[in-house]
Amino acid sequence: MDFETVEVTTDLLIVGGGMTAAGAAVESAYWAKKNGLKVVLVDKAAFDRSGAVAMGLSAINQYVNYGKGVNTIEDYVHYVRQDLMGICREDLVYNIARHVDSTVHLFEKWGLPIWTDEEGNYVNEGRWQIMINGESYKVIVAEAAKNAMAEAGGEIYERVFIAHPLMSADGSRIAGAVGFSTRENKFYIFKAKAVICAMGGAVHVFKPRSTGEGLGRSWYAPFNSGSSTYFTVQAGAEMTCQEVRFIPIRFKDAYGPVGAWFLLFKSKAISAGGGDYMVNRRDDLADWEPYASTKPLPANLRNHAGLLDVNDGLGPLYMETHEAIANLAEEYKDDKKAFKKKMKELDSEAWEDFLDMTISQAILWAAQNISPDVEHSEIMACEPYFIGSHSGASGAWVSGPPDLKGKGEIPDEWFWEDVGNMTTVTGLFAAGDASGASSHKFSSGSNSEGRYAGKQAVKWIMANNSLPEVNQADVDAATEKVLKPLKVFEEHCGLTTDPDINPNYIKPQQFMFRLQKIMDEYAGGVSSAFKTSKDLLERGLELMVFLHEDSKKLGANSLYELERCWENMHRMWQAEAHLRTLLFREETRWPGYYFRTDMPKMDQENWLAFANCVYDPKNDSWEMKKVPVKQLID
Amino acid sequence: MPSFVIVEKCDGCKGQDLTACMHICPNDLMVLDAETNPEKPFAYNRDPSMCWECYNCVKICPQQAVDVRGYADFVPMGASVVPLRGSEDIMWTVKFRNGSLKRFKFPIRTTPEGTAQPLGGYDEGDGDLNSVNLMTEPASTGADILPQL
Ligand SMILES: Cc1cc2nc3c(=O)[nH]c(=O)nc-3n(C[C@H](O)[C@H](O)[C@H](O)COP(=O)(O)OP(=O)(O)OC[C@H]3O[C@@H](n4cnc5c(N)ncnc54)[C@H](O)[C@@H]3O)c2cc1C
Ligand code: SF4
Ligand code: SF4
Repeated sequence: MDFETVEVTTDLLIVGGGMTAAGAAVESAYWAKKNGLKVVLVDKAAFDRSGAVAMGLSAINQYVNYGKGVNTIEDYVHYVRQDLMGICREDLVYNIARHVDSTVHLFEKWGLPIWTDEEGNYVNEGRWQIMINGESYKVIVAEAAKNAMAEAGGEIYERVFIAHPLMSADGSRIAGAVGFSTRENKFYIFKAKAVICAMGGAVHVFKPRSTGEGLGRSWYAPFNSGSSTYFTVQAGAEMTCQEVRFIPIRFKDAYGPVGAWFLLFKSKAISAGGGDYMVNRRDDLADWEPYASTKPLPANLRNHAGLLDVNDGLGPLYMETHEAIANLAEEYKDDKKAFKKKMKELDSEAWEDFLDMTISQAILWAAQNISPDVEHSEIMACEPYFIGSHSGASGAWVSGPPDLKGKGEIPDEWFWEDVGNMTTVTGLFAAGDASGASSHKFSSGSNSEGRYAGKQAVKWIMANNSLPEVNQADVDAATEKVLKPLKVFEEHCGLTTDPDINPNYIKPQQFMFRLQKIMDEYAGGVSSAFKTSKDLLERGLELMVFLHEDSKKLGANSLYELERCWENMHRMWQAEAHLRTLLFREETRWPGYYFRTDMPKMDQENWLAFANCVYDPKNDSWEMKKVPVKQLID
Repeated sequence: MPSFVIVEKCDGCKGQDLTACMHICPNDLMVLDAETNPEKPFAYNRDPSMCWECYNCVKICPQQAVDVRGYADFVPMGASVVPLRGSEDIMWTVKFRNGSLKRFKFPIRTTPEGTAQPLGGYDEGDGDLNSVNLMTEPASTGADILPQL
């Protein structure tokens, strides 16, 4: 295939178009316009409906409400620290939390319907979560970003897949990115002074529970394939928390949300054979004190308690929806009309929760004739995902916000270049799912962190206002590498009668299945009951060597398959970082996310630390680093 | 089959290069079948097993030609969930396997499409690249100043 090369030069490049990138765009466009800079955003999908919020959401999960004195930023830092079993960058979490209320208030002004009570206050789902009518959440947030970009003369490229970072000639800083159109034969070379990486997390690294038609109904959006991790790793950035995958417990099979049931409706979860596992399994959590005594109990420990029952054959697990609804309607039971009204309201709230963000769950309930007020519904742990913005923590290690330097115990080494959210690669910023050790940002915090990174990137460009030099040879090499699967296919496809089966290449789907099988069986996936060990991980890494070699033989018969090839290449590097970090951390800190059978306990003395890793693309080698946790506040 | 397209309703977006469903699918799944049906190409989902059932193709199709059939590997047959999305709200019709129906209507936005103003009407702030305030802060935070340590 012949490709036209399109070169785009800009001051700031934003790769990704999700909640984080939208925040980066709206904010950087504002500052760029003031300072005469240009911003370009590139998304592989349509900005209106891309990323994890493509379908909508029914809640905003981070809102502090410090303006009304309801909570403090310190409260939020405490919450995140406990939920991640002590491992978080408190400087980053603090920073996101102090900007998140502004972001939520902007969302409301832009047109997002947020539920309010009679006094006009937001309706809280839980302490930090507020309810929304969020069908058009992403559309609205993208719209504000598009309007800001238009005002500032910025450009938005949709349907361009970012495959690889572009480094400066001397390798000292980021210089842009390369990718291809998924619609026409165009190869894109973006050259920039600074880049913000915001391409979300990763799914389908592990084998999902459904492997038939329902393969794509993972909890996490199948469109995010580890591009953030690949991009930052290949640029040579230090990564953190690559072992901290997220496994949510959700309604079984369709993975509908449980937040509203637990928090708003105060529902209980049980196992059929064991009862209230959160109570009955308390003693089994003793190895994870002090975190096992915190409220709310960390998400992974809640999983662990339920999974202990599952592993003992005491399932299924159920959400006691009927009981919760009965409790909520109880106070209206003497007034028939009021009771009916309340029941209707609860029914509508329950269904909207699914229809706004996991429509499949509504189909499944309807297909199983489930009425939540009549019978309970099955819940189950999903497969592992990488989502640094939610209750996972994987991402790039970034610089702390300069004004927090010298505060608390935070060491000076966590600050560089006088800007926040820069990775260890000069000029490369990361936010949202792409930045690590700062979980629980969710949609609103990710957008806030994107905004913050947007402003910081403009600030940095103003102080370092030069376009890095790029070697044409590097550009040519990257072009060849990215387009290679098309060439491999073209060269060999004539050999066999079935183009999918050929000894000279591997198609992207089978490549993905091979990766998933390795991860599932050796790195603690669903079929290993989330258990792994040194021996298993080492064997997994041996098999990964073959996979890496075979990745050079990926074959693509179309632009579509080329996209799938690169998504799986990105997944493979996410897997590699994960395996190595699982092996490096010699303890079990997050049971319920994964369990090291050879190191079954938490080791607070040696491992209250971040497990970081850096890949050196020149020598094709990894370095592992242990970085002690330091607190910003008591 | 996750999303599927009804032959009689799809008009291929009247021969445009980029159809509405192709434009919107976050996973790049919807395409026109120009090979088997060059005269009147219609859309189809090229890999149902990578479909998230996000319904974006369903909501956007001007002909209401796209529907969703629950994943055959775990969803019993016979149910359907059908949206009708307007400019201010969305209507849902949920049909159960046993034939019973539920209808819901939820708001989707409070402002006219296209009008989201980046500053949201707030005071734009200090305009200082070195300050800790983002655009519209502190006005948009609801507090007088940003929390400090
Ligand atoms: C099922 C689910 C439910 C959730 N529920 C809630 C909730 O109720 N409340 C809440 O506040 N938060 C919720 N979250 C969290 C929230 O969705 C995320 O925190 C947020 O979307 C992260 O933003 P992001 O921009 O980092 O990633 P995303 O929003 O996922 O955006 C990633 C972007 O990168 C693009 N991209 C990916 N790869 C490439 C590539 N190679 N080239 C170019 N572009 C690329 C994608 O197209 C997309 O635009 C939920 C998440 C999930 C998955
Ligand atoms: S949007 Fe509807 S009418 Fe247009 S091509 Fe797709 S299915 Fe057909
Ligand atoms: S339901 Fe969503 S993922 Fe599936 S084809 Fe339609 S737009 Fe694409």
